[in-house]
Amino acid sequence: MPEKKTFRITHNRKWCKDCGICVAVCPKKVYEIDRSDRHAIVNPQNCIGCRMCVEHCPDFALTVEEAKNE
Amino acid sequence: MSEKMVLMQGNEAVAEGAIAAGVRFYAGYPITPSSEVAETMAKRMPEVGGTFIQMEDEIASIMAIVGASLAGKKVLTATSGPGFSLMQEGLGYACMVEAPIVILDSMRYGPSTGMATKVSQMDLMQTRWGTHGDHWVIVLSPSSVEESYQLTIRAVNLAEKYRNPVIVLSDETISHLREPIDISIPPVLVERRLPTAKADYLPYRTDESLVPTVANVGTGFRTSCTGLVHGESGFQTANGHVAEALVERLRDKLFNNLDDIIQFETDRVEDADVLFMSFGITARGVSEAVETLRSHGRKAGSLRFITLFPFDDDRVRKAAGNARTIVVPELNSGQLVLLVKRVFGDSRKVVPMNKINGDLISPQEILNFLREENL
Amino acid sequence: MRLDLLRSERLPNIWCPGCGNGIVLRALLEAIDQLQLDPDNVVLVSGIGCSSRAPAYTAFDNVHSLHGRAIPVATGIKLANPDLTVIVVTGDGDSSAIGGNHLIHAARRDVDITVVVFNNYNYGMTGGQASPLTPTSSITTTTPNGMLDRPFDLVKLAAGAGATYVARSGIYFAKHLVDHLKKAIAHDGFSLVDAVAQCPTYFGRFNRKGSAGQMVTSQKDWMVLKSVAEKKTPEELAGKVIIGEFVNIERHAPVSAAAPKEQA
Repeated sequence: MPEKKTFRITHNRKWCKDCGICVAVCPKKVYEIDRSDRHAIVNPQNCIGCRMCVEHCPDFALTVEEAKNE
Repeated sequence: MSEKMVLMQGNEAVAEGAIAAGVRFYAGYPITPSSEVAETMAKRMPEVGGTFIQMEDEIASIMAIVGASLAGKKVLTATSGPGFSLMQEGLGYACMVEAPIVILDSMRYGPSTGMATKVSQMDLMQTRWGTHGDHWVIVLSPSSVEESYQLTIRAVNLAEKYRNPVIVLSDETISHLREPIDISIPPVLVERRLPTAKADYLPYRTDESLVPTVANVGTGFRTSCTGLVHGESGFQTANGHVAEALVERLRDKLFNNLDDIIQFETDRVEDADVLFMSFGITARGVSEAVETLRSHGRKAGSLRFITLFPFDDDRVRKAAGNARTIVVPELNSGQLVLLVKRVFGDSRKVVPMNKINGDLISPQEILNFLREENL
Repeated sequence: MRLDLLRSERLPNIWCPGCGNGIVLRALLEAIDQLQLDPDNVVLVSGIGCSSRAPAYTAFDNVHSLHGRAIPVATGIKLANPDLTVIVVTGDGDSSAIGGNHLIHAARRDVDITVVVFNNYNYGMTGGQASPLTPTSSITTTTPNGMLDRPFDLVKLAAGAGATYVARSGIYFAKHLVDHLKKAIAHDGFSLVDAVAQCPTYFGRFNRKGSAGQMVTSQKDWMVLKSVAEKKTPEELAGKVIIGEFVNIERHAPVSAAAPKEQA
């Protein structure tokens, strides 16, 4: 059985404006806007690497890379 | 007529002068009395490997020459009052991004569309103050076909040297005048300074010349420009200190070089008791009037402005001799005279002489004016 | 997208949270990257408005010009140096109101430049006023009782004026947008891409379009692919915006009257 791919999400706090577009476009509920109206990565393990968040981030604040097995 | 001489119209002389100076891009829009410049360039640009484009209006024309200038070409456009009004926003932009451009404004009668085929000198202050905000331009004024040719060359050179718009302020009469001129001597050409090193490149960094070495676009410098206030990087800022330094530099890069930029022509100023100050076509009537007055024993003299702007009060004062009376004939309701009065205050008698019926001021009218005004 | 196509030192950008401009800019950089253009040969020219700030965030030569005037500046640059890839970054007001005359004439001339319209249906920088692309009945700060006029169909306008490549896409359809930007840039002749984005701060708020996220995802409800739309009735397409490629024809080949005639 092939191993499930995992992905590493990087979030540039300095460029992010907490707009929530990543929350809206992510099919796997990886992100949330938290109670203090801040961007939060809450379910990184759910990421399937579709990069919808990357393509729709207006602030170039997200990258998603396939994690290499160590 | 010697073999060196060619018969040329004023507008053709502007076009040929521009070509001799290295202009290889022309964008324009037809307007009387400047259209022959476009017509000449439409034929000549392809012959010299240049580009001619007729744009959809004068706004587009000036922006297209700014674009071509930013890409490294020496450029020209030509227009008259109504079109020059439309070009004002582009003129301010060229001042701000320091794009070398040359504009011919062939003055016709205004305001508005006025009288398209009648001469005036009503755009003088528009050349200086037509666009909004503190800014500085160089304005050169030919009074013959030969000078239309020579001053267009000089305009291109000054534009490139100081990275600034230069306006050749001609008029309907000079534009359409035909005179023999000598174009046999190849002009000395000035090339804009360009950056040498890509490392630490900042487009608007300057040395003591205060003229930046902005890279031409498409040469690998990844350069930036904006009409917004900008620092050395070429990127927008709202910092008041940067703004102040920028606007001061735009002034000082010209005003530190007034000896290079300002030219007058003087005639028997030294002992004159009546001095005429004029520019452009009007200076030709003055020249003959001075001859006649001198032949009658009257000590008349003339100061003709070849460079109208920058206008330096001290230089005008020094060039004006000691004449107690200064007469300022011009084809408008009094524009140059405002500057002359600023220079002399109450120390001399400064007398405006204005004609606004679309005709020229004749030498006889100048003589009559002196008699009637007891000058 | 290669992050080195951005001027990182200029970020974060000035745009409001949730603004669509950054999404179009990313797509544009992705398209330039995928086309493997030499960054030294790309020039971005813009006018005035929110979208026109985009070129200053890129690592290319960038010329921030005057309101509506990016196209004549781009025309001058392209004619002065035809080897360059010249891309105009503009907004709906910048391109179709104050710059409308320049747009149609550049299309008519078929100048080999690409115009990317960041279309958010209003003037954002000045506070959410109506533009020529604001849909009828929409609320803006200058149409408090609803927009009375009909908007331009920018695709038809460009096509009618002679553009040889015209496409429309939306920021939700990011790959579709990148794909059409690539085709537009690679096209030999005048090309235009109407890139529909969102202004959550003004147009969205005034017209109850929901959050930025909702404005992005709702594009899939009111945008229809051209291939799908072709099978639908006008009734079914009421209120929908069709995206895809509308014009892709060979460049107009000028013939000079002075060109030497071929020998018989």
